[in-house]
Amino acid sequence: MSEHAPAIELTDLDVVYRVRGRDRQVLRGVSFSIRRGESYGLVGESGCGKSTTALAAVRYLPRNGRVRSGSIRVAGRDVVALSRSQLRRLRAEEVAMVYQDPSKALNPSIRVGRQVEEVFVVRGVSRKEATVRAAEVLRHVQIADVRSVLGRYPHQLSGGMQQRVVIAMALAKDPALLILDEPTTGLDATVEAEVLDLIARLQAELQTSVLFISHNLGVIGKMCERVGVLYAGRLVEEGPVDVVLRDPRHPYTVGLLRCIPRGGVRKDHGRLDTIPGFLPSLGEELPGCVFAERCALARDVCHTEEPPLHPLGERHSSRCHFHDEAAQLPRQTPADLEQALRVDRSGTPLVRVEELAKVFHQHGHEVHALDGVSASIWAGETLGLVGESGSGKTTFARTLLGLVAPTAGTVEVDGRVVPARLGQRSQADIRALQIVFQNPDSALNRRHTVRRILRRALKKLAGLVGPAAEARLRLLVHAVRLAERYLTVRPNQLSGGLKQRVAIARAFAGEPRLVLCDEPTSALDVSVQAAILNLLVELQAERQVAYLFISHDLGVVRYISDRIAVLYLGRLLELGPAEVVFEGPHHPYTEALLSAVPTIDGGGRERIRLAGEIPSAADPPSGCVFHTRCHRKVGEICEREQPPLVEVEHGHLMRCHIPISELRELQGKGAAVPV
Amino acid sequence: MLVFAAAQLLPGNVGRNILGPFASENDVKILNHQLGLDRPVLTQYGDWIWKLLQGNLGSSLEYQGTSVSSLLGPSLVNSLKLAAVAFVLVVPFSIFGGVAAALRRGRPADRIITLTGLSLTAVPEFVSAILLILVLGLWLKLLPVTAQYPSGAGFFTQVRYLLLPGLALVMVLFGYIARMARTGTIEALDSDYVRTAYLKGLDTSTVVRRHVLRNSLLPTIAVVATQMGYLIGGLVVIEKLFNYNGIGQRILTAATNKDFPMLESGVLVVGIVYLVATLAADVLYSLLNPRIRYAAAE
Amino acid sequence: MSTVSLPLQPSEVSVARRETVQLLLRSPTFVVGVVILGFWIFCAFFGSLVAPHDALDQSFPQLAGPGKYLFGTDQLGRDVFSRVLAGARDIMEVAPAATLLGILGGTTIGLVTGYFRGLVDDAVSRLVDAILALPLVVIAVTVLVALGPSKPTLILVIGFVFTPIVSRTVRAAVLAEGSLEYVQAARLRGESPLYVMFAEILPNVMPPIVVEATVRLGYAIFAIAGLTFLGFGVQPPSPDWALQISDNYTLLNSGTYWWTVLFPGLAIASLVVALNLVADSISKVLER
Repeated sequence: MSEHAPAIELTDLDVVYRVRGRDRQVLRGVSFSIRRGESYGLVGESGCGKSTTALAAVRYLPRNGRVRSGSIRVAGRDVVALSRSQLRRLRAEEVAMVYQDPSKALNPSIRVGRQVEEVFVVRGVSRKEATVRAAEVLRHVQIADVRSVLGRYPHQLSGGMQQRVVIAMALAKDPALLILDEPTTGLDATVEAEVLDLIARLQAELQTSVLFISHNLGVIGKMCERVGVLYAGRLVEEGPVDVVLRDPRHPYTVGLLRCIPRGGVRKDHGRLDTIPGFLPSLGEELPGCVFAERCALARDVCHTEEPPLHPLGERHSSRCHFHDEAAQLPRQTPADLEQALRVDRSGTPLVRVEELAKVFHQHGHEVHALDGVSASIWAGETLGLVGESGSGKTTFARTLLGLVAPTAGTVEVDGRVVPARLGQRSQADIRALQIVFQNPDSALNRRHTVRRILRRALKKLAGLVGPAAEARLRLLVHAVRLAERYLTVRPNQLSGGLKQRVAIARAFAGEPRLVLCDEPTSALDVSVQAAILNLLVELQAERQVAYLFISHDLGVVRYISDRIAVLYLGRLLELGPAEVVFEGPHHPYTEALLSAVPTIDGGGRERIRLAGEIPSAADPPSGCVFHTRCHRKVGEICEREQPPLVEVEHGHLMRCHIPISELRELQGKGAAVPV
Repeated sequence: MLVFAAAQLLPGNVGRNILGPFASENDVKILNHQLGLDRPVLTQYGDWIWKLLQGNLGSSLEYQGTSVSSLLGPSLVNSLKLAAVAFVLVVPFSIFGGVAAALRRGRPADRIITLTGLSLTAVPEFVSAILLILVLGLWLKLLPVTAQYPSGAGFFTQVRYLLLPGLALVMVLFGYIARMARTGTIEALDSDYVRTAYLKGLDTSTVVRRHVLRNSLLPTIAVVATQMGYLIGGLVVIEKLFNYNGIGQRILTAATNKDFPMLESGVLVVGIVYLVATLAADVLYSLLNPRIRYAAAE
Repeated sequence: MSTVSLPLQPSEVSVARRETVQLLLRSPTFVVGVVILGFWIFCAFFGSLVAPHDALDQSFPQLAGPGKYLFGTDQLGRDVFSRVLAGARDIMEVAPAATLLGILGGTTIGLVTGYFRGLVDDAVSRLVDAILALPLVVIAVTVLVALGPSKPTLILVIGFVFTPIVSRTVRAAVLAEGSLEYVQAARLRGESPLYVMFAEILPNVMPPIVVEATVRLGYAIFAIAGLTFLGFGVQPPSPDWALQISDNYTLLNSGTYWWTVLFPGLAIASLVVALNLVADSISKVLER
């Protein structure tokens, strides 16, 4: 075992999976290496093979996967050639892996302490000493009450805490290589920021090499020194992070970066660029350059000849025949909009919610999911709803739609109060409020064909049957840019993006007035997301439909929203025009939330660390719900009295004891940087 | 917990059902009157419950003058013995088989175990019993053909007599329990926490022992408990084949001879046993599953 | 260490369907199962025509061993082989009918309780649990005694007993489906509960229902055989297999007339095993 060998070195790695009797290639000749102490990000969309790389490195591929050729050397040792006991040694001492969803990574039936101790015991440490060292390592990851955590079961800990435990277990081995596979996806923004900070700190301290796998370029930009871009199992570009993000030299990287709403760009400014075509399916045969099918710069040679890796200096390389032209990649989607969006806020709001409250009774606790939330949405505008887990945004959505009856408060449409329960609402009201769900797989009935799904929606929501319905169906399908040949297929044969288009078409079947978009792009790949966002904006401009847009991705929210509402523990903390809420001055919570989000354009930003964890909705703090974690807490008044929701500027409401003028001053320096 | 309430309903239901179609028969009418069976059903039910609480199950109609409990008692004991033998044989064997099959998933060993279990379970119990009788009892003369041991027999002789029917039961239950164990183990093996365990450098036997088993066996417990009801009261056919005086037989003859008190009590007893078994399983499950024992942190 | 799978491309669907059939045909369990099953179905229809002798004819020498008469003769001088062939009919009439009844009833109840949940679910589930607490045989015997054994009652009783069991499985599947968003989407269109249950949810729970149906069929045969053996099922002089066993099993004690019992026993066993093999191989192939 050499001290100077790279932590991991892949040479021409080919990995295949055997599916339905055939070998499908998942990794094609991937080569990269990570030096000691270096952090390397591997980025790509779904199916690119990034997780496979991680699994191959620890030789834990699924039963139908195998390394066909090439090599992986971890700490100088060829992983594939190791014997079983050598492999165990490697896993126990040299490599550690942290992956998504910590609640599943820990055994639910064994106490946390024992699981952490196991890491030491397997290396020959005595039981007693292992206990001591387990406590030590948990303290190291900043877990406060170590003793009690050791004695608990995983489900008794919060998500952030669980991930810390997993990280502790990983670093306890002082490994040569730490692999992180989407470690913070699914965690709240503020929690994610904490975990990422922790990882960065520990990495600096222990000088561990890190392989960071993620689909999120912002996170990679923040955490890594170098980055590799994977597409269809091929490494298409590689280099120092700031160089690649600033000056990408592969059309795919260029396209990817253009898809992401950044730099404070908004829908009024123009449409997002997209990448044409579809992501290749797993193991698809791709002659020539893997990206040629979708590349606007592609020429004949691209389809026939595999581009070699062109070095571009500074350990930066690109696998493209025409890398020097990459930056000039023509736009796929024209930037300008056809119709200007204009919202008229003079009349009655389309939808108004007044003092909406909902209390759930769970195991004898009273959970205040919503408390005194009031808001209005006008026709044609988008109200973005932002909040972490426990904020009540899901409950808000369900109450608005009538799926759940509120404990107090009313919902008005066109100035008229509508019944609380869906079952009592008129068909006209039902038609007016529709929804697009987050998960397109479960949002469509997988046993119905697309045609059936849409025809049924047309029948129930628009009252159309027969030839009239067929005609409208055509229009609908055309409006969402869905090719007619997909009408006869079932959802499981469609990609995520196509499914979501069907879901959108379904929602629009009855000419709704408001469409609730519940994380509509969160389950989609970045390149697909841009297309769907463009579609939503277009439909809004054409039909003057309003959106209630829920998302945890602040960049997306900022792009698409006219106004933004910030929820925390069921209370509305801030409501105002998107620009104002993002730029400031804004509520301290908003401030902290924005600082927590890792952005591609990084830059000098002061991260505000919030103390403690998000309190439970069953036992909300007194006075201002945010006071337990607020970094700008004034004093006792914050604990005693809930601040009223006050219009601090025109159209901008806030719930804070600090007057806006003071906030403006306090936040003046280092105010929110464009997301 | 739910089942408690339901079981209270049951004997009443049964009683009513049986009474219904017979109200027309003439001699039964007279009998009914004698036994007070033509009183309003609710009164009868109340009366019966009252007597029940006093431990009095009434007297048998068939064997006039003998109390139901004196006849049911020994039958119940017999059934319990047979159930115990079967239980002891089948549970460890099938769990072991199921886990082994899961560990060697897809390979020959797995297919053999799964298919064997499948085939054996599919065979009706009395058919396997007959085959066993033929093979082990008559041709090879290894074990006695009836299960009814001579009175006063010692422990081992009793077990010897009970082995044949016990084996028949094992054959029936093995496939079912092994399959549950197999599924549970496969699910555990595919989980993330097992991946974490392997990536800590643990070897397979440790992973299975410490991490897999306690999670995979949880559903199996539930299944085993549900089979208890069958093991106690559902073995009518086996009992007949082996000439064994178990509770299944009692209920059968009671039904055939319209011996209502016996029938009701027998059914009640079986129901209670099932209840107890399910309750025990629930308790065991809660004990073993920390998620239920400790409510999640807020 | 699970396996990775692929979603199907539109062009691949018809290929996949063909592949499934091919895989089925290649699977030994499936083939064996289907062959045996087919054989008995054939016998159910044409058994008495194909059999060498009349199943009820008592004119043959009594208790002759296998030899001249393929499976020997029983104590009333009837040819066992013919009786075995002809015996398929009764069971094949009653079992599928009972299973169908159970499936229909159980699916409806499962759908209703799974969809509505709440009070309806609680009440019905308790009832279901109560019925399930008793072994099938006990309930069946009790009711059969009351109503008198005959084929229709047999079908009704077994169907009735199966309903709660099936409803449990269906309910579990419906609960899982009900949490998916397309159900909410349907409600948000103003669809009636009936529509949601039958047009939206039912198609998605068909696979487990089909599997349950085949399993229930096996149990139905089981149960009918058992009940017949006890005297409560099919009545003599039908050549039903279980009847043959019950008629003749007392002869076993002497140990020499085994053929009267073994062959009908094997017939039952082979039928149920075949059924399970087919069910198992289908679910294995669908799993992939």
